[in-house]
Amino acid sequence: MPVRVQQEDFDLSSEVAQLRAGDARVGAVAAFVGLVRDMNEGAGVSEMALEHYPGMTEKALEAIVAEARGRWDLFDALVVHRVGTLQPQDQIVLVAVTSAHRGEAFAACEFIMDYLKTRAPFWKREVTPAGARWVDARESDEGAAARWAR
Amino acid sequence: MSVRILYFASLREHLGMGSEELELPEGLGTVGELRAWLTSQGREALAAVPNLRFAVNQEMARASDPVLDGDEVAFFPPVTGG
Repeated sequence: MPVRVQQEDFDLSSEVAQLRAGDARVGAVAAFVGLVRDMNEGAGVSEMALEHYPGMTEKALEAIVAEARGRWDLFDALVVHRVGTLQPQDQIVLVAVTSAHRGEAFAACEFIMDYLKTRAPFWKREVTPAGARWVDARESDEGAAARWAR
Repeated sequence: MSVRILYFASLREHLGMGSEELELPEGLGTVGELRAWLTSQGREALAAVPNLRFAVNQEMARASDPVLDGDEVAFFPPVTGG
């Protein structure tokens, strides 16, 4: 299962070990872990809640992974995204890919994150000293995804 | 025709509901028309969210995309995951 949406935390080492287990073709693993920061848009963040669109989320992530596999020679790819209530320093998302060489692995990992940021139906709500607020989408995220257009 | 409508994040909060099943009047053919009709039916938040996004049957959609009987149509603000 290349895509998981879950409340539970994940372990980077064991996820990567599982992803490349038994595959001696793998010469490169690239992994990205996104974390909850204690500061956003100038305000302290004490807690974050992640909402998603069950059903569509999984489909969207699978489509992004399929697109990455079509663009680069990957052996495997994994996306784990957490939902529910999280605290600063908690892990939010893991993207890991395996390939023969680093070029494909780095590019595919970044591509998957850029597309996830703009296409996967997740929404963050953060708690600050001024109250709870929905996080606004960043224009820079659209720009990052647009780099991969072709 | 009847459709299932879903709302997420700030839109869900503003409307006070996450979903509804509705029987649509004749002549509503697209997502954009559905949005305009819902807005006129007391769901003004649909007009207030900047850059509102749509999905039909769990695929990202455009305002000009068709809505058919039995479809699941979702409205939500721009996504902020990752």
